[in-house]
Amino acid sequence: MKNFKIAQPKTIDQITSLLSEKRDKYYLMAGGTDLLGEIKDEIIEPEAVVDLTSIPNLSYIKKEKDGVRIGALTTVAELAKNLMIKQEYPGLHEAANGIATPQLRNMATVGGNLCQRPRCWYYRDPQVKCRKKGGSRCFAFRGKNKYHAIFGGGLCYIVHPSDLAPVLFALDAEIFISSSKGDKSIPLTDFFILPKVTVSKENILEPDEVLKEVKIPAPKRGEKSTYYKLMERGAWDFALVSVAVKANVSGDVFKDTKIVLGGVAPAPWRLKKAENMIEGKKITENLLRQATKEALKDARPLKENEYKKELIETIVYRAALSLV
Amino acid sequence: MEKIKKKKRKTFTRRDFLKGFGSGALGAAVVPKLVSQDVFSLQTKEGKIPLYSKKQITLNINEKNYSLVIEPRETLLHVLREKLNLTGTKKTCSGGECGACTVLLDGNPIYSCLTLAIRADNKKITTVEGLAADGKLHPIQQAFIEKDGYQCGFCTPGFIMSSVALLEKNKNPLTEEIKTALSGNLCRCGNYSKIYEAVSVASKSMRGA
Ligand SMILES: Cc1cc2nc3c(=O)[nH]c(=O)nc-3n(C[C@H](O)[C@H](O)[C@H](O)COP(=O)(O)OP(=O)(O)OC[C@H]3O[C@@H](n4cnc5c(N)ncnc54)[C@H](O)[C@@H]3O)c2cc1C
Ligand code: SF4
Ligand code: FES
Ligand code: FES
Repeated sequence: MKNFKIAQPKTIDQITSLLSEKRDKYYLMAGGTDLLGEIKDEIIEPEAVVDLTSIPNLSYIKKEKDGVRIGALTTVAELAKNLMIKQEYPGLHEAANGIATPQLRNMATVGGNLCQRPRCWYYRDPQVKCRKKGGSRCFAFRGKNKYHAIFGGGLCYIVHPSDLAPVLFALDAEIFISSSKGDKSIPLTDFFILPKVTVSKENILEPDEVLKEVKIPAPKRGEKSTYYKLMERGAWDFALVSVAVKANVSGDVFKDTKIVLGGVAPAPWRLKKAENMIEGKKITENLLRQATKEALKDARPLKENEYKKELIETIVYRAALSLV
Repeated sequence: MEKIKKKKRKTFTRRDFLKGFGSGALGAAVVPKLVSQDVFSLQTKEGKIPLYSKKQITLNINEKNYSLVIEPRETLLHVLREKLNLTGTKKTCSGGECGACTVLLDGNPIYSCLTLAIRADNKKITTVEGLAADGKLHPIQQAFIEKDGYQCGFCTPGFIMSSVALLEKNKNPLTEEIKTALSGNLCRCGNYSKIYEAVSVASKSMRGA
């Protein structure tokens, strides 16, 4: 591993001020499970790492009247074992519990999970300069693309690796961002961007911006959520496909349904067509399969990943029916 | 190269060499070698920020304090094995994909290969060397021997550390719970059923059942 320095600031303002001066050469490290991997593999070569964990009080899960606030440095393990989260946002609990391994969950943070870089094997290969890394081609497009996007591609076909993202999307989460220009809060749906908009990054964050907090609104009456994830092995794997379903359920009728997929696009991907088709109707396996099939007509699979469509059809109906 | 130099001149206003910094308050500290840490002070609008290219840290490993000066890039795994000769913790994949390097950090299992040692400063670390007491093996170690919980043994320290963390919190785990707790450790010899059995036996002996 090449050498780098480490900055240990004491406040968020110090961090954003430092990052606004240093920009490209200084990298923020939270749990480090992704960033250190990128440094070891020589995908990035920081002059310095800026230690986010030297800032106090960024790890918390606070329940308030209008929702819950989760600090960026809260670990995935803390999220997974929080009983209030398990009760009020079961989908979030399930997603957190299914991430990687116990060790990685103890290390990985909520902020880092949302900001982690893609797992495309061309991106992770230091010898390859693909379009995401400033090159002129996407090697996955005509190359090995079994794990790549079937929605939202174009220029680059990564899938977003985060398991928390789809479920936080479905739960209408908001995020708070600090920067040297001040703080702002945006809906998570505006956070992720497609490669067509900017190919070099997966979210709107500028180099001097820090994700500080995630806020989820209080669940409405009858609101239920769940997260289903399919992997090639039983643990320790990213999703082949996954789905977060949230709905206001009364009997077997769904209202305000959100169906958000993971593992299929460069950002969490909503199946709006399917949501509309089931809205207010009596839920059955048939209806769900039909609605999903309809929504999947918009998919644009690559040579090796058509199989994801079938998996999606299956997990959507299973996940939704589990809420009845 | 030119560019980097220029940048440095602009932002690094002071360069300090501090000796023995940060070790004063430690009671049982192993006597620190007097090696300098190397710290710059970065001037920003929000005040000065320390920027280390070497730092003196103290690791509390198996209840013993070690003070040493390390580079930011050194992982906890590297420091354990190469600097402190604690080679019970194994290095295999070096990237969070095998579990051989598992140690406990403040009681929780983590991968030491993906942990910068600098960030374990003043934290409590437990490695496999810290389990036996008064010449007696830890019940989990004993159970691994009795139940043939290993073949080549390379994954064993990692599995044992994950098992220690599990049995601290859950005295009587179901097989499913054992499997989940050990899902971050791989055994290339495929000795899983014996490993689960060993943990189950250890939990019984630790409960005195
Ligand atoms: C073997 C393995 C298996 C995995 N399996 C899964 C899985 O199944 N599901 C899943 O979701 N993930 C998985 N991951 C990814 C893992 O969850 C992420 O690496 C982790 O969540 C990142 O969090 P961190 O705190 O370690 O981030 P870091 O590694 O510290 O940072 C990751 C990135 O985010 C940036 N960043 C971090 N925090 C902030 C912040 N607050 N504001 C702005 N930028 C920030 C960093 O600069 C860096 O670019 C896996 C990882 C490994 C190594
Ligand atoms: S999918 Fe994106 S990251 Fe992968 S090769 Fe194509 S441009 Fe690069
Ligand atoms: S060496 Fe750390 S997980 Fe493999
Ligand atoms: S005993 Fe050989 S790897 Fe597990």
